[in-house]
Amino acid sequence: MPVRAEVRARKGTRPAWLLAAVVVLALACGASLAVGARAIPLSIVWDALLHFNPDDGNHAVVHARIPRTVLGLLAGGALGLAGAAMQGVARNPLADPGIMGVNAGAALAVVSGIHLFGITGLGGYIWFAFAGAAAAAAVVYLLASMGREGATPVKLALAGAALSAGLYSLMNVVLVSSQDTLDRFRFWQVGGVAGRDWSVILPGLPFLAAGALIVLASGRIVNGLALGDDLARGLGQRVGISRGVVALGVVLLCGSATALAGPIGFLGLVIPHAVRFFTGPDYRWILPFSLVLAPALLLASDVVGRVVLLPGEVPAGIMTAILGAPVFVWLVRRGKGVSL
Amino acid sequence: MSTRTSERPTLERELAADALKTAKKGHYLPVRANRTWLLAAAVVLLLAASILLGSYTVTVPDFVTIVSAQLTGGEKIPGASFIVMETKLPRAIMGLMVGVAFGLSGALFQTMLRNPLASPDVIGISNGASASAVLAIVVFGASGAAVSAAALFGALAVALLIYLISRGGSLRGAGGRNGNAAGNRLVLAGVGIAAALGALVSFLMTRADIRTAAEALIWLNGSLNPATWERIGVLLLALAVLLPLTAVLAKPLRMLELGDDTAAGLGIRVGAVRLGLVLTAVALAAVATAAAGPVSFVAFLAGPIARRFTGKPSLPASALTGAAIVLAADYFAYNVAPMLLDGTVLPVGVVTGALGAPFLLWLLATSNRKDA
Repeated sequence: MPVRAEVRARKGTRPAWLLAAVVVLALACGASLAVGARAIPLSIVWDALLHFNPDDGNHAVVHARIPRTVLGLLAGGALGLAGAAMQGVARNPLADPGIMGVNAGAALAVVSGIHLFGITGLGGYIWFAFAGAAAAAAVVYLLASMGREGATPVKLALAGAALSAGLYSLMNVVLVSSQDTLDRFRFWQVGGVAGRDWSVILPGLPFLAAGALIVLASGRIVNGLALGDDLARGLGQRVGISRGVVALGVVLLCGSATALAGPIGFLGLVIPHAVRFFTGPDYRWILPFSLVLAPALLLASDVVGRVVLLPGEVPAGIMTAILGAPVFVWLVRRGKGVSL
Repeated sequence: MSTRTSERPTLERELAADALKTAKKGHYLPVRANRTWLLAAAVVLLLAASILLGSYTVTVPDFVTIVSAQLTGGEKIPGASFIVMETKLPRAIMGLMVGVAFGLSGALFQTMLRNPLASPDVIGISNGASASAVLAIVVFGASGAAVSAAALFGALAVALLIYLISRGGSLRGAGGRNGNAAGNRLVLAGVGIAAALGALVSFLMTRADIRTAAEALIWLNGSLNPATWERIGVLLLALAVLLPLTAVLAKPLRMLELGDDTAAGLGIRVGAVRLGLVLTAVALAAVATAAAGPVSFVAFLAGPIARRFTGKPSLPASALTGAAIVLAADYFAYNVAPMLLDGTVLPVGVVTGALGAPFLLWLLATSNRKDA
C-alpha cells in the first residue's frame, strides 16, 4: 500500500518537478551569461541582451558568452537524452556514450583527421567526430546482435567496452608516433563548450533536432524495451525495429554532441539516474527530465570551471566529471535508482 | 572388464577409476585439462621467442653460455651478453610476471563479482594508478621508481575508496540474493570513479608541456620499456606473497560462486573471504600496474579467453593466458611494429588493446551463450 501511495504522489508532482527543472535550467543559462573571469553586473547583462551596443566592452563580453551557452544547452540536452534512452534500450545502468564506444569512435576519427588529413580547426573535427561516433555505434550494435539471442545487454556493454579499448589503442598508435598530433588532440580530448562559434554550432543543429525528435517520441517504446525483450514482444512491440529506431536517435544525438563539444563523460550516465529519483521508472518522463536537467548541469559545470582556477579555465568536460562523480557515488550508495 | 581391473596394482586401479569418473562427467573434460598445459606450452614458447628471436637473434647454445657466464662470473660474449642480460631477458621476465598478475587479478574480480565487466581496468583501479602516476609525472616531475610508487599508491587508494563506497552491507555476507546487486554496486562505483579520474588525466595532459605529455602517454598505455632487474626483484617479491595467497583463496572462491548462502552453508566465512579476495586481486593489479603501467585489456580478457579455451573458469589458465597475451603483444610491439612504423617502438598496451579488442568482439559475435 505505501508503495502505491508513493507512486501516486510521484505521478501528481511530476509536472511541478519538471517546471522546477526548467527554472533551474533558466538560472543556469543566466549564470552562464553573467559569470566569468570578468565580473559584470546583472543589470548590464540584461541590457546587453536587449539593447546590444557593440562599442561597450561589457556588452561584447556578454555576447561572446552566448555561443557557449547555446552549445551547452544543445550538447547537454543531447547527452542527457541519449544517455537515458541508451540505458533503457540496452537495459544497462552503465550504458553511456563512453561505455558504448561512441566517444572512442569519435576520438579515433578526429585523431585520424588530424594526422592523415592535417585538419586543424574545430569546424573540421566535427565531421570526423560525427562519422566516427556513428560508425562505432553501428559496429557495436551489429556485433552485439550477432549470435543466437541478438543484442543482449551484457553483449552490448561488452562489445562497447571492447571496441572502445581497441579504438583507443589504435588512436595511441598514432599519438605515440606523432607528437604534433598529440599536441592538437589533447585539447579536443578534454571536452568543453568554450571557443566554439556559430560556424561550428549551426551544422550540428539538424542532426540534433532529428535525434531529439526520435528519442522524445519513443518514450513508450523505451518503456517496453526496458522491461526486457520477451515482455516487450508480449506487449505487441516489434523489438528489433523499435530498438533500431531508438538507437538511430541515440547515435544522432551523441554523435553531434561529441562532434560539437568533444567527449564529455558522465552527463549521460549520471543524469538519468538522478532523474529517476523524481520520475520513477517511466521513460516518458525520464526523457524530458533528462533533456532539461543535463544542460543545466553542463552549464553549471562550465560556469564553475570558469571561475575555479582563475585566470585559467577548467573545461566543462572535466567539471562534469568532478561534479558528477560525487552525485553518482551518492546514488550508488543509496542503492535506489541504480536499477532500471 | 571389472575382473581385469581388480587384478591391477592399486595405483593403476585408482587411475582407471578417475578416468571412469571423468568420462561420466563428460567426454570433453580430459581434452580440456590438456588445454591448460597447452597454454603453459604456449607461454614457454613465447618466452623463448621473445628472448631468442627479434631484431637481435641469439642461438640457444649462446643463450646458455651467456646465462651460465653471468651466474658463474665466467667469460662473457661481448655485446650479446649485454643485450640479453640487460634488455631481452628482463623484458621477457617482466612481461611474464605482469601478464600473470593482471590475468589473475582480472579472473579473481570477474569470478568473485560474477560479472565479466568487473575487471580492474573497468572498475577504476587501473585509472587510479594512472591518475596518480600522471599527477606525479606532470606536477611533481617524477620519473622512474617514484612513478611506480605513485601508481601503487593510487591503485590502493582507489580500491579502498570503491570498497568503502560499495560496502554498505554488500561485501560482508549480504546473502546470495543480494550478491549480484552488491557486485553491481561495486562495478558502478568503480566506473564512476574511473570516469572522473580519466577526465583528470585528460586535463593534466593539457596542462603539461608536450614532451612531458608524450612521456606520460607512453606510461599511460603500459610499456615494458622500464624493465630492470630491480623492478623484477620487487615484482617477484610481491608475487611470492600474492600467488600462494591466491592459491589458498581459490577453493573458497569456487564455493562463493555457488552463491553466498550456499557458501556460508558449506562453512565459508563469506565476509572474510571476500575481503581477502578483494585485497589480493587489488594488490595483484596494483603491483603489475606499478611495474609496467596499466597494460590495457589483459585483466579484462584473460579470464573470458581462458574460460572459453579450457571450458571452465580456471585461475591458472587465466594467469597463463594473461602472460601469453602480454608476451605476444610485446613481441609485436618491440620487434614487428618498428618495421611498420619507421622505428617507433609501441608501448605493449597499445598492442594488447588493438589486438585484444577484435578478439573479444569475435568471441562475442560467435558466441551462443549469454554470459560472455
